[in-house]
Amino acid sequence: MRLLRLIPDDTSLPFMQWRRLAFPFSAILSILAIYLFFGVGLNFGIDFRGGTMIEVQAKGQSADVSAMRTTLGGLGLGDVQLQEFGGPRDVLIRVEQQPGGDAAQVEVVNKIRSALGDDFEYRRVEVVGPRVSGELVQAGIIGVAIAFLAIWIYLWFRFEWQFAVAAMIATMHDVTLTIAFYSSTQLIFDLSSIAVILTITGYSLNDTVVVFDRIRELLRRYKKLPIGELLDLAINQTLPRTVITSVTTFLALLGLTFFGGEVIQGFTLAMLFGVVIGVYSTAFIAAPILIYLGVRTQTVEGRAGARAEAEAS
Amino acid sequence: MLHFSRWKILATVLVTAFLCLLAIPNLLPQGFVKSLPNFFQRTIVLGLDLQGGSHILLEVDSGAVRKDKVEILRDDVRRVLREARIGYTGLAIQELSVQLRLREASDLPEALRRLRELSPPIGGILAGTNVRDVDVSDAGGNLIRLTVTTAGITDRVSQAVAQSIEIVRRRVDELGTVEPLIQRQGTDRILVQVPGLDDPTRLKELLGRTARLTFRMVDTSMSAQQAIENRPPPESEVLMSSDRPPVPYLIERRVVVSGEDLVDSQPGFDQRTNEPIVSFRFNNNGARRFAQATQQNVGRPFAIVLDNEVISAPVIREPILGGSGQISGSFTVQQANDLAILLRAGALPAPLNIIEERTVGAGLGQDSIEAGVTAAYVGSALVLVYMLLTYGLFGVFANIALILNVGMILGILSGLQATLTLPGIAGIVLTVGMAVDSNVLIFERIREETRAGRSAIAAIDAGFREALRTILDANITTLIAALILFYIGTGPVRGFGLTLAIGIVTTMFTAYTVTRLIVATWVRWLRPSHLPI
Repeated sequence: MRLLRLIPDDTSLPFMQWRRLAFPFSAILSILAIYLFFGVGLNFGIDFRGGTMIEVQAKGQSADVSAMRTTLGGLGLGDVQLQEFGGPRDVLIRVEQQPGGDAAQVEVVNKIRSALGDDFEYRRVEVVGPRVSGELVQAGIIGVAIAFLAIWIYLWFRFEWQFAVAAMIATMHDVTLTIAFYSSTQLIFDLSSIAVILTITGYSLNDTVVVFDRIRELLRRYKKLPIGELLDLAINQTLPRTVITSVTTFLALLGLTFFGGEVIQGFTLAMLFGVVIGVYSTAFIAAPILIYLGVRTQTVEGRAGARAEAEAS
Repeated sequence: MLHFSRWKILATVLVTAFLCLLAIPNLLPQGFVKSLPNFFQRTIVLGLDLQGGSHILLEVDSGAVRKDKVEILRDDVRRVLREARIGYTGLAIQELSVQLRLREASDLPEALRRLRELSPPIGGILAGTNVRDVDVSDAGGNLIRLTVTTAGITDRVSQAVAQSIEIVRRRVDELGTVEPLIQRQGTDRILVQVPGLDDPTRLKELLGRTARLTFRMVDTSMSAQQAIENRPPPESEVLMSSDRPPVPYLIERRVVVSGEDLVDSQPGFDQRTNEPIVSFRFNNNGARRFAQATQQNVGRPFAIVLDNEVISAPVIREPILGGSGQISGSFTVQQANDLAILLRAGALPAPLNIIEERTVGAGLGQDSIEAGVTAAYVGSALVLVYMLLTYGLFGVFANIALILNVGMILGILSGLQATLTLPGIAGIVLTVGMAVDSNVLIFERIREETRAGRSAIAAIDAGFREALRTILDANITTLIAALILFYIGTGPVRGFGLTLAIGIVTTMFTAYTVTRLIVATWVRWLRPSHLPI
């Protein structure tokens, strides 16, 4: 049987030369991302904004969204958003946080139930009070921060500081672009989006670490090779693995996207995006940055050099 | 790298088989699982998002606790000073403190001493702490200020949570649902999870009431209207009735009998009017007090007050000596039922506010499970086929490892009786995608070593050895992210973090040990001279 090779062996793609395109490209994307974040903003879910979310399914053939909008708009609940969710029978209703504390939020559900009557099945009801949403925001931010810090410290211990810094910049890049993805698609940003950000970061770092590991190995083996060529070599050598792993992850996620149901669709779409930027940031951000951080001198002349010699003998 | 000692092989096989076996009870019919030994009854618990049900987070109303505490303090101060015959003026509540002015400066030391007795150290004398729940201070100019400390409030809130949990449990149990979860969260919260409950409206009504029931006399010294317009006598207060529209009543503050003295309450119907009523029975203490009060006050009205609302205010026609009675207040059948439940379960020490609610209908839960399972099968199938196409025989090795890996993840989840949520299923599928990464790293390394001219066995050996370091570094970074998700996350996200973390650990194990064992066995049997990779 002939085996499937998506990437030929012994590629020698000049990734380091492409950084002259990739850096400005990423910079523009990041600026755009910041603009999107402040200009357009995220479509925050009730986890972070507080309020009420109700998923209803019409018992008839389809739900009349515009009629529902009129009915619910007349309840005086402030901003009420309706969107079709999956099929024509399913509608997602989101109501902004009500003034008047926790009790007022709970009241919304009763009002909507009595306004819509018995023609709907209530598939999902979520109410988050103002205090809980505030805490969730806090826990989310703290969680992401701690995770990043822990990962960076780990990388610093396992590699040299230059690698940790490069990984840090690449992570920031990934998070910025993921947030831009949420902002431009207006997918709902809620607690599971925090999970997405951490998973994308984990995946991207996973990819970065594999390449870094190879860079470290090559640094010990080829002491005279210019750093640019060495980085190219490391990325090219690990390229088959990068592609195969990305494809398998992508395939698994495709299954989730098409068959996993509406509830986790936003989750998987963002994750698919993450797989792509994770690979991109390794080859075009994390590795090239090492050139500027002077990784060569310290690593070779430092403790790693002695170890390499011991291994070579 | 390819040499395995006999005990190592045995250990690997046993661990793998054991963990996979743990997953088996999930596939068996429930009736059969129940007949197994205890340890093998463990199965994965479906989260509320898959099973359907209600998640309600309650918070003790600390504002009400504080208000209560300060009011009690004021009444205590009044009592203590009266008993000590110390003259004072201007006893009043100011936010968190009670203050008063002594008439005679000479009373100050005595007053301070007596008032300080009102504030025992928190946790009782035995706790040995110096923290007091009330701070008594001399503000100068004969002014004494008693302030409820933050520690005092926290302590009271914490007690209220502990007492409330039991009452909440009794109320939830009345709904007849299966295995509700009721647990304390943090200092002032109670989490209630009721699987299978589609519409929590009634539950929320039951939980939203304090149900503090009191029997008190109606103050007939003036009409309620006069009391509103002027000022009610200090021993009485104006309360509204539960009628629509509400009617004001002037009710004595003194409580004749309270709900604590009830031993039973049942809904029923009045024999004459056929109206829904709630009948109740007092304990000995309550019965005696009620009998005494009704004997002394024949012809006067008394009031049944629930959460500061007058339910009814009948006139006492004859002494009620039997210790039982009934409440009629133009209830619906449902209201009578609920009131009986609330009275049986007892009053909450403080009101509970619902601060978060998440309910998933059984329909959506079922749909989510089906979607999740389909997605898992499709995703896994795609990955298996792709690995086979890419690595041929080694792809088969990787696929065997992958299937064992998923088996072990499910086994560990069962052993932990962990909750599987929809994002949790996504976590497993994602693990499947990333699990093969370890094998890919190893196989690619073996390919490189082969092309570098090493012999088959040397290449395999070097492949595993060199790839291990990379696998560790790469997976530990993801593991950190997963563990943090598990610790900070709530509900479904927590489930995602857990499955992801378990998946990473099993992946490192299968890729490095199981795959290596399979490859080593293959090498020993066939002694290949070149590798089909």
